[in-house]
Amino acid sequence: MSTSVTRISAVVRKEVTEFRRNRLILITAGVLPLIFLIESTVSLLAIKATATSAVLDKRVDSSLFLPLIVPVLIPAVMSAFSVVGEKEQGTLEPVLTTPVSTIEFLVGKALAIFVPAVVIAYLLFGIFMAIVSFGASQPVATAALHAPQLPAELVFIPLLAGWAIWVGIAVSSRVSETRVAQQLSMLASLPPLALVAMMSFQVITPSFGLGAALAGGLLVVDCTACFLVAQLFDRERLITGSKSDTGIIEGTS
Amino acid sequence: MPAAIEISQLTKRFGGRTAVDHVSLSVNAGEVFGFLGPNGAGKTTTVRMLGTLIAPSAGSATVAGIPLSPANAAEIRRRISIMPEAPGLYQRLTVAENLEYFARLYGLPGRQARMKAALDAVGLTDRANDPCRSLSKGLRQRTALARSLLNDPSVMFLDEPTSGLDPAAAHEVLGLIDSLRDRGVTVFLTTHRLDEAERVCDRVAIMSTSLRTIGRPDELRSRLFTRSLEVTTAAPLAKPEEAFDGQPGVSGWQREDPAKGGPAGYRLTVTDPAIAAPAVTRALVAAGADVLSIAEARRTLEDVYLKLIDDKEGAPR
Repeated sequence: MSTSVTRISAVVRKEVTEFRRNRLILITAGVLPLIFLIESTVSLLAIKATATSAVLDKRVDSSLFLPLIVPVLIPAVMSAFSVVGEKEQGTLEPVLTTPVSTIEFLVGKALAIFVPAVVIAYLLFGIFMAIVSFGASQPVATAALHAPQLPAELVFIPLLAGWAIWVGIAVSSRVSETRVAQQLSMLASLPPLALVAMMSFQVITPSFGLGAALAGGLLVVDCTACFLVAQLFDRERLITGSKSDTGIIEGTS
Repeated sequence: MPAAIEISQLTKRFGGRTAVDHVSLSVNAGEVFGFLGPNGAGKTTTVRMLGTLIAPSAGSATVAGIPLSPANAAEIRRRISIMPEAPGLYQRLTVAENLEYFARLYGLPGRQARMKAALDAVGLTDRANDPCRSLSKGLRQRTALARSLLNDPSVMFLDEPTSGLDPAAAHEVLGLIDSLRDRGVTVFLTTHRLDEAERVCDRVAIMSTSLRTIGRPDELRSRLFTRSLEVTTAAPLAKPEEAFDGQPGVSGWQREDPAKGGPAGYRLTVTDPAIAAPAVTRALVAAGADVLSIAEARRTLEDVYLKLIDDKEGAPR
């Protein structure tokens, strides 16, 4: 059976509606970016025009890195809830009795998190850049807008979000409590961020080649993670708590 | 009548534990079929196997005319519906939003009309826009039933649909099951409530890991128990053998434990109560006894169930 866009969009619609009515998710998605925005903006606005270039570069590096945490943390929190949350509220079994395939179910879940997380992250960057352009002193604004790592960071936003989502869903499919899933998925989503941090803080020199290689690598990892999560999604284990001894009943992917 | 479900030697093992052991049975199309057994008897596991949620360890089955296999799983799911014991509703969504989500997952055309029909069937049209978290347990169960009706299934699996409901709500749900029979839907009803199984089911199967018995409730009663009359007189009979022995249809009798100074009870084993009861009544009147009551002893499905489940050593029937 071919993958159905109708079923994927059904999962996306349902997820988004639920997120909109979930106070915890709204707070996470609203407050975290706000904190990073304020921190990054204030940090740059407070720099005096007479600051040395070393101080300026350091501040710009950290201010540009902080918003990159948003596309990792928000998806990590949201995706951790995706499967185990359904299991906890008893909705997983009814859904799995419908013709929805594993891949449709997982892609729907992932898209419902990916789109808002990436939109929020770009919005955050946009607002941050606008404030810095108009509010910061000229040398500071120039340093921020022409930072060598900026283009790479913008490319990394969706890739980091993708990684955090698949890791979160994988964890969520394997644990039995939402809280445990959130803690584990946050931890597991950090390694690629560390790599990006090294580039942002110029521990490794950001160049187009390096950025492209890292981005390409992360894209491959994201696609592989999607495939692996779908393969590891064991309906029988999720419903009964016992591993399937006779093969996973699927028939729809 | 064609079979809606055919099961042959279906078995499920979880590690070293056997949850369902070589079960074979057949459910006719349009039948309300009761699947009874104590907790842990393998009822839900059987439903999950038939619903393609878990894979059998051995055996085979045909559901809604389709052989059970991973390749056929999606097609089977399209033709059946399963209502698990817990309603499994999205609490933050309204009743209508819950139904719409499932209608989309089934890829149903004419979603709004189907949702309306499902809500009408369970009497929830006026609650369509209520969040599920605000509904009572009975209304949530009805919502889950409406969700199960959306795809117009030919076979419905209802797993303990009245579990946790008060008597009025349970009565409503049973009424809805009756209406499913009228619509020609095959209902596979898992329950350990014997009174409701007796009320709504055409046939029942009693499980305890393996299949203990299967048949119509009255068939099972007559198969397992002899028929008897219960006679109560105001005082013990001086010569009960004169009243009971040799009466047509009476093959034996025994005195029930008497209450001191109270009425006396007798249990008569009979071949046909319709013949035995009038003859015994006439004999008692002729003997000058004050007859308080005479009635056929009614064996319930519970008696059948307890006899089979308690008989752990007995061979499967």
